[in-house]
Amino acid sequence: MDYSAFGLRKKEYEIIREELKREPNESELRILGVMWSEHCSYKSTKPLLRQLPSKGDDVLQGPGENAGIIDIGDGLAVAFKVESHNHPSAVAPYQGAATGVGGIIRDILAMGAWPVACMDGLFFGNPAKDKNAGLIQGVVSGIGGYGNAVGVPTVGGKTVYDDCYEGNPLVNAMCVGLLRHKKIIRSNTAKPGHLAVLLGSRTGRDGIAGAAFASTGLEEDTKGSRPQVQIGDPFVEKLVIECCHELIDAGLIISMQDMGAAGITSSASEVAAKSHTGVIIEVDKVPLRESGMTAWEIALSESQERMLLVIDPSDFVKVAECAKKWQLECATIGKMTEDARFRLVEKGETVVDLPAKLVGDGCPEIHWPASSGTGRKGKTQHSRVRPAAWKTHLFELLRSPGLKDKSPIYEQYDHMVQINTVVPPGSPVSVLRIKQTERLIALTMESDPWACALDPFSGGAETLLKAARPLWVCGAEVLGATDCLNYPSPEDPDNYRALEESVRGLAAAATEMNCPVVSGNVSLYNESPGARIYPSPVVGLVGLLRQVNEYLPQGSWKDGDSLFLAGPLRGAMGGSMSQRLLDGSPSGAPWVFDPGQEKVFRDKALDTAHRNLANSGRVVAGGGLAVALAKEFIHSGIGASIDPQGLEDPFEVFFSEGGPRALYAVSGNKEVDFCRLWESFGCRRIGFVDGDRLHVEGNFEIELDDLLAVWKG
Amino acid sequence: MRVAVIVFPGSNCDRDVVHSLETTVGAEAERVWYESHDLPREVELVVLPGGFSYGDYLRCGAMAARTPVMDSVRRFAENGGLVLGICNGFQVLTESHLLPGAILANRSLTFLCKNCTIRVERNDTPFTALCAPNQVLQMPIAHHEGLFFLPEAQMQRLERENRIVFRYCSPEGETQDAYNPNGSMGHVAGIVNERGNVLGLMPHPERASERILGSADGAFIWNSLHSWLEEGGHR
Amino acid sequence: MKYTVDVLIYLKEGVLDTQGKAVSQSLHRLGFDQLDDVRVGKYIQLAINAQSAEEAKTLGEKMCSELLVNELIEDFDVKVVD
Repeated sequence: MDYSAFGLRKKEYEIIREELKREPNESELRILGVMWSEHCSYKSTKPLLRQLPSKGDDVLQGPGENAGIIDIGDGLAVAFKVESHNHPSAVAPYQGAATGVGGIIRDILAMGAWPVACMDGLFFGNPAKDKNAGLIQGVVSGIGGYGNAVGVPTVGGKTVYDDCYEGNPLVNAMCVGLLRHKKIIRSNTAKPGHLAVLLGSRTGRDGIAGAAFASTGLEEDTKGSRPQVQIGDPFVEKLVIECCHELIDAGLIISMQDMGAAGITSSASEVAAKSHTGVIIEVDKVPLRESGMTAWEIALSESQERMLLVIDPSDFVKVAECAKKWQLECATIGKMTEDARFRLVEKGETVVDLPAKLVGDGCPEIHWPASSGTGRKGKTQHSRVRPAAWKTHLFELLRSPGLKDKSPIYEQYDHMVQINTVVPPGSPVSVLRIKQTERLIALTMESDPWACALDPFSGGAETLLKAARPLWVCGAEVLGATDCLNYPSPEDPDNYRALEESVRGLAAAATEMNCPVVSGNVSLYNESPGARIYPSPVVGLVGLLRQVNEYLPQGSWKDGDSLFLAGPLRGAMGGSMSQRLLDGSPSGAPWVFDPGQEKVFRDKALDTAHRNLANSGRVVAGGGLAVALAKEFIHSGIGASIDPQGLEDPFEVFFSEGGPRALYAVSGNKEVDFCRLWESFGCRRIGFVDGDRLHVEGNFEIELDDLLAVWKG
Repeated sequence: MRVAVIVFPGSNCDRDVVHSLETTVGAEAERVWYESHDLPREVELVVLPGGFSYGDYLRCGAMAARTPVMDSVRRFAENGGLVLGICNGFQVLTESHLLPGAILANRSLTFLCKNCTIRVERNDTPFTALCAPNQVLQMPIAHHEGLFFLPEAQMQRLERENRIVFRYCSPEGETQDAYNPNGSMGHVAGIVNERGNVLGLMPHPERASERILGSADGAFIWNSLHSWLEEGGHR
Repeated sequence: MKYTVDVLIYLKEGVLDTQGKAVSQSLHRLGFDQLDDVRVGKYIQLAINAQSAEEAKTLGEKMCSELLVNELIEDFDVKVVD
C-alpha cells in the first residue's frame, strides 16, 4: 500500500507491518498516519524533550497527561499548559486562534481543573503591512471572541513582531486552571468494562487530518487548505465546562480526555494505553452532524467541544441526565476491554484493530542529522553604530510594535471575569488572587527568537530567565514552567542544530533554577516557500505569592525615591531591540547564562519584595534601561532625574538587554538596607524620582504627554 | 438579604455576583436555573448577571428573555420586587421589555474591557440610596454590545422622567464623548423603570467590590440595596 | 407540506448602523466609488411544516414578532420561497 500517501515514512510502515504481522488496511494506515504525524507523536523531539527537568517536590503531575499540575499549598493546585495552533491561524486567523483557545481550555478541564486564566504568545510580521494587520486583527478577535464568551479571562501574554513570521504566524495558547489535590483526574484509571462516553458537540468533518496538516509546511495558496480548519463554539464549551464539573463533583468521572488532535482516536487510545487496557469504539454510536462519514473520518474528526468520559456503566443514566440539562450530546460510543487493542467497529464489523500502545506511542523517534557547531547565526559582532540622539532612538523603540502600548489588543479581552485579576494586562506579570486562600498566582510568558537565532543555547536559557526575572522582582517564587517549541523544519541540519541547542539551553536553565517543566507542546515545520521562522521557544511560568503583601508592583514611583540599577551595569546588545533597529537584523552575542549569578539575583529580588525595601521594581528587558525608565515614568505619572555621568559607553548601559538587572525605586528610609542587600551583586544609584519630566543629564528631557503620544501612537 | 442570581446557559458572571454579595453584605445568594418556574421563597432581590447567555446568538439576551424563569421574574417585578440586570442582564431586561431601549454594538465594533467612571444621576433609588448626589464611581465594563439606544422621542421622555441612573463620565464627573466608551445615547450607563424597582446597567459592580481588584465602588450598590431593604423599603 | 421561508431582518431607518458604516468605508477603500450606502442585516431560513404557503408565511411572521425580530430597532420581510 502507498503508505506515504498517508504521511507515513518507510521505517514507520515497516514497524507497523511487523507489529501487526499483516498488512494494515487503509483505515488503519490513515489513523496511524495522523497519530504518527509530528504534531501528535513528537517523534522528532522526544529525545530532546527528555532533557527538560520535570520532577520536583511540588509536582503533582508531570508531562504525559493533558496538562501538568503543581501544588500551591492549602490543598490547592494549578494545572497549566501551552499549546500551539500555528498553521490553522495562518489559514483562518479567527477560527484558528479561537479553536486554539478552546482546545487548551479543554486540556485543563480534562485534569479536573476549573480554567481560571488564559495567556497567548503571538508572533506576527510587520503590522504596518495590510495583510499582516488583517491577520493580526483576526487572531485577536478570535482569542477574544472565544475566551470572552467561555468566561475565562485572558490576562496577559507576549506579542512578538518580526518579518520572519509573515506568512508563518504563531499562536500559542496557554491556560491555567485551579483544582483541589483530591479532585485530580488522570488517564490511567480506566478498567475493562468501563464505558467510553462522548460528551459535547456532534461530530462532523472538521479538521479531518488536521494533525497531519500541522506537520507540513504551508503551501503558497492557503485557500486550498480551508476544509481542514475547525470551527469553534464557545457557548457549547461553556456548557461542557459546567457539565463536566457537575459530573466531577458528583464523583461520576473515572477518567476524562479532551478530543483535540485526532479526536476520538487519540483520546480513546491514550486512556487505554495509560490504563493498560484496550478500547473498542463503535463508530455508529457517535452522534454525527454530517451524513456518509466513513469510520476513519469519524475516528479522526477534530470537531470541537467534545470530551471523552470514562464512566462506570451504572452511572450512565445520571451522566446522561446532566448532559441533557446542559443541552449536550451524550452517547456511549464504546467501552474499555481486557485486551490491549484499539478497535473500531462499524455495523458490527471490526474495521480497525491495532495494539492500543502502538497507536499513541509506537512511532519510532527520528534523530535528524544536525550540523556541527553551536548553531549560531548572523554576524558575531554587532555593529557599534550609535544613534546621534538618544531621545529619537528611544521614541523609535517605544513606537515599535514590540514595545508600544498594547491596550488596543488586551482591551478586546475580558481580563476580569471570575473576579480574580489583581494585576491586569499591561504589566510584566499578571497576578490572580485565589478566593479560597490568601495565596496569589503570578504568570509570565516570554520568548526571545533573536537570541535563539544568534546563539541557540544561550537564547534557550535566556528565554526561561526572561520569564522568571519579573516573577522574582514582583516577589513571586517560580513554581514551574510550560513550554511551546516553535521551529522550522527539523529536516534541515542547521535548523535541527538550533533546535537541539536551544532546548539544551532551556533545559540547563530549568534544571539550574529548579523549575520543572510540567507540560508543553511542539510545533515544527513553521515555514513557507522561501521563509522560515527563527527558533521561537515560548515559556509560560507560574509563580506563587504567599500573600498580597509579598507583591512588589511596577509603575509605583514615589516622589523623592532614589533610583537604583541592581545587577550588572550592562546586559547584552546582541539581538536587542536597539541593535536590530540600528543594524537592520539581529547580530552579535546575546546574554550568556550564568546560573550562579541568576540565583543570587533571585534571592535578592525576592528579599527586596518580601521585606518591602522598594516602592517599585521592574526588570530591565526589551529596550533596556531607557525603556524601563520610560515605562515606569508612564505608569507612575511622576518624572525622574537620571545622571549617566562616569559611565563608560553609557549607550550600552541604557539600551542593552537581558541579564539579571532590575530598576528599583527606593524611599530614603529604606536605602541603607536596600544597598546593603544589593551592593555585593551590583547596586548603582542612577538618579531620583522628581518632577514631571524624564530628565537624563547631558542628553534629553521628555514630558509625559510627548511620551504618551509616542507610546500610544 | 436573600438574593436569587439567575443562571442562563452561557451566563458567566453569576458566581462572581454571588461572591460579591456574600463578601460585601453577607447576603444569602442562590443561583437559580433558567428553567425554574418559581423563585426561591422570600427572595428580596433578583440579579440577572453578565455573560453570554445563548452565546449572544440572534441578539444579546433575546433568547434568555424568553425562558421560563423570566415569567417569575416579571411577576416579582410587577409586585414591586427589586431586579438588577448587569451587562447581559441589562440586555435581557430590555429584551423582556421590563426596561425600555435596545443595546447595540459598541461604536468601535470591538469588545471593550476597561475601567470606566460613571456618575450617579439619582440617589433616591434602592440601588443608589447610599450614594452622594453626582458621586463618581469607578467600575469596569466588558462588552461588545453596550450602546444604549432609544428613538429620539422616547429618549427625551426617559430624560424628562429622570430615569437615567448612571452616566459615563470623566473622573471629574463631566460627561464627554471621550469618556463614553461605547457611544451610548445620552452617555447612558444604567437606567431604571418607571416604578424604580428594576435597574439595568452595563458596568459590572461585582468586579469593583473589593480593593484588591482595583476598586470597591461597586459595593455602593450592594450596600444601598442592603440598607434600603433593612429599612423596610418597598415599592 | 414542507415550506422554505426566507426572513430578512434589517435595522430600522434612524438606528445607527455602525457595521454598515464600517463595511461601506472598507468597500470605498477597495475602490468602489459608486457605492452610496451599506446596511447590514440578517438572513434566517426557516424550514416549516404547514398546510399551505399562507400558513407557512403566517407562522414565519409570528416567529418574527415573538423572537426573531426586535421591533424597536428592526424591520423584517417574510417570504415563502417554495
